[in-house]
Amino acid sequence: MNKIVFGMLLLFAPLAASARLSVFSCEPEWAALTDEIGGELVDSSSATTALQDPHYIQARPSLIARVRNADLVICSGAQLEIGWLPALLQKANNRNVRPGSRGYMEASSFVVRLDATGSADRSQGDIHPLGNPHVQTNPHNISAIAKAVASRMAELDPENSEAYSSGYENFISRWSAATLIWEQKAAPLAGKRIITHHKSWVYLEDWLQLVEMDNLEAIAGLPPTATHLSKLTTEFADGGADVIIRSPYQDAKPSKWLSERTGIPAIVLPLTIGGVEEATDLFALFDSIVERLLGAIE
Amino acid sequence: MRINLLQSVSVALLFTLSSDVFGQDSEIQVLKSELSALRSEYDARIAALETRLALAEQNASAASYVAEQQSVSDASGAAAFNPAIGVIFSGSAWNYSRDPDAYAVQGFPYGGEAGPIAEGLALGETEIIMNASVDDKFSAWLTAALAIEDGEAVVELEEAWVEATALPGGLGARFGRFYSGIGYLNSKHAHSWDFADQPLPYQAFLAGQMKDDGLQVRWLAPTDLYLELGAEAFRGGSYPASGAADSGYGSYSLFAKTGGDVGANSSWLAGVSWLDATAIERPSGDEDDPYLFSGDSNLLVAEFVWKWAPNGNWRERNFVFQAEYLARSEDGQYEGAGLGLTPYVNDQRGWYAQAVYQPRPRWRIGGRIDALSSDNPGLAYDGTQLAAPGSDPRRFSLMADWANSEFSRFRLQMTRDEAGLMDDNQWGLQYIHSIGAHGAHSF
Repeated sequence: MNKIVFGMLLLFAPLAASARLSVFSCEPEWAALTDEIGGELVDSSSATTALQDPHYIQARPSLIARVRNADLVICSGAQLEIGWLPALLQKANNRNVRPGSRGYMEASSFVVRLDATGSADRSQGDIHPLGNPHVQTNPHNISAIAKAVASRMAELDPENSEAYSSGYENFISRWSAATLIWEQKAAPLAGKRIITHHKSWVYLEDWLQLVEMDNLEAIAGLPPTATHLSKLTTEFADGGADVIIRSPYQDAKPSKWLSERTGIPAIVLPLTIGGVEEATDLFALFDSIVERLLGAIE
Repeated sequence: MRINLLQSVSVALLFTLSSDVFGQDSEIQVLKSELSALRSEYDARIAALETRLALAEQNASAASYVAEQQSVSDASGAAAFNPAIGVIFSGSAWNYSRDPDAYAVQGFPYGGEAGPIAEGLALGETEIIMNASVDDKFSAWLTAALAIEDGEAVVELEEAWVEATALPGGLGARFGRFYSGIGYLNSKHAHSWDFADQPLPYQAFLAGQMKDDGLQVRWLAPTDLYLELGAEAFRGGSYPASGAADSGYGSYSLFAKTGGDVGANSSWLAGVSWLDATAIERPSGDEDDPYLFSGDSNLLVAEFVWKWAPNGNWRERNFVFQAEYLARSEDGQYEGAGLGLTPYVNDQRGWYAQAVYQPRPRWRIGGRIDALSSDNPGLAYDGTQLAAPGSDPRRFSLMADWANSEFSRFRLQMTRDEAGLMDDNQWGLQYIHSIGAHGAHSF
């Protein structure tokens, strides 16, 4: 009899362990944010890493299994994951995280999206008619999203709503103080001119008042072409820009090529956590972005 | 005199002043330090006040980053089009050294739409795809293909299904007309194929791709390991079934799939499927004078797919290996094409293996081997196309394709065909372009 009871307890053990709020994040920054707010209460994982282009992800079996067991799916949205997330959601048979349900959030819908063209003509490349989805590069956006995430987590896990609320308060006070320091440090960056590989940095530009001179991609989402790069070489032969920026998952060759010919320094900026070695969490991510930019313009 | 007076006054003054200064030196030091202490205290207070002010300003300005209202709802992007509409254009220029109209594989008369790609310049199928949520519990999908048959444009209803999206417990259900979930390639849309045509076993055993009218139920296990079980019931109107046997419940299938990741670079999918079809006078072979099969047709499919990309960054470089093994067992009778009613019991097999490598964005190269084999159905079939082939039919294909974007692709393919009645070298060019909304691709 005791053995049977023990056996039954063992059966239920995994269920007890999975009582934590299971969060499926499309990108590492949202997994980190839910960790900051929920701490031990959440079991958070990211579908992608900073070394992967989040536009192009395979709807892998492992990801389908994770969506199947998720209580909350949180993604950047604005069509960033349009090539794979719908396939995951369709295959995962999890009604709690279908778009439109409380278990599904798009982070970018809680901030003011930039570059919302409204038009969807693909001759302009892989554009996002709902606006640029790379919203995580402005810490004020993170603040706004943190609030929405905290309240959604509290809604989905009402027993722990106070913990999420205090987790949020704790995070936001540290985050606001850190943002202030980043802004003071980054003051010399205002007005600096940058060339970026892809339009991944518009929110950072907006925040630090950087001026985007051009992109290495002639058409958004398509690989940089030789024609466009040689045009940029001529255009920026005498400087005209302070730094060339690419994300870790983007091909290094085009930015190096342009840098060698124009003397404009080329750097890697982490677009999310894990993009470079020192970007280990949300705070370290922005430390790294600011430090790397300052280092490049000195 | 005046000078002396002035001198004495200034000396006196100097003396007085200096004695005054030196006398009170220590007192000033004290005052100074008190003042600086006071000043630093105020500095700290002022700094604190400044920080509070800056934070308040920051919070005020942060408010401007918060979306004023959720004008864009938490819906996936595709739903912004309601319904999402997409059109896929395809066409080819295919070249044969033998007459493709006379193409046939000994032992495997093709049924349905299986067969060689149209010779010369030809428009492929133009697909119109529409899909949207029906409501909070259902979504629906339509694929209509505009095809050219004998010079006439015809509309074919390829897919028309409704899916229940709000079932509990990891269950999913689909009903209507859809591609069966058996095998790996069967449910892949033609525009996402890596080669211009289906491998031999798919052509021989599934007439290219098996779709029918019916119901599909899928269950996904609540485990970390991906495990999907599915069951389907079909009308039995399409190859390898025929004639809507058993009062319109002619085919059944079961499938199980599992998969996972190996490190950050690799992921895999494996599965087995079983299709049980009943045929009533199923036509195959020559269109005007076909063989007609009546009986049971059972098919076993084993699939395996391995995908690799450095760091899982699919965009820059990737490699896919996939292979499937299909085994068919038929028990029934043939007639037609000069054949009297003849019992037919036979086992046949087929497989393909292919590898596709993307060395850099836009470019891919690939190779494929596909083959069939058959037992002998008996003396009664000697001299007919149903007799076992002398040597196993097989093909070798190479392809290279270039995609300007994910919506436009051009492909060059070369095939050494040792499956047809006479060996043939084939090559062709193909284009696949799409406009409008484009659904996410499955693994």
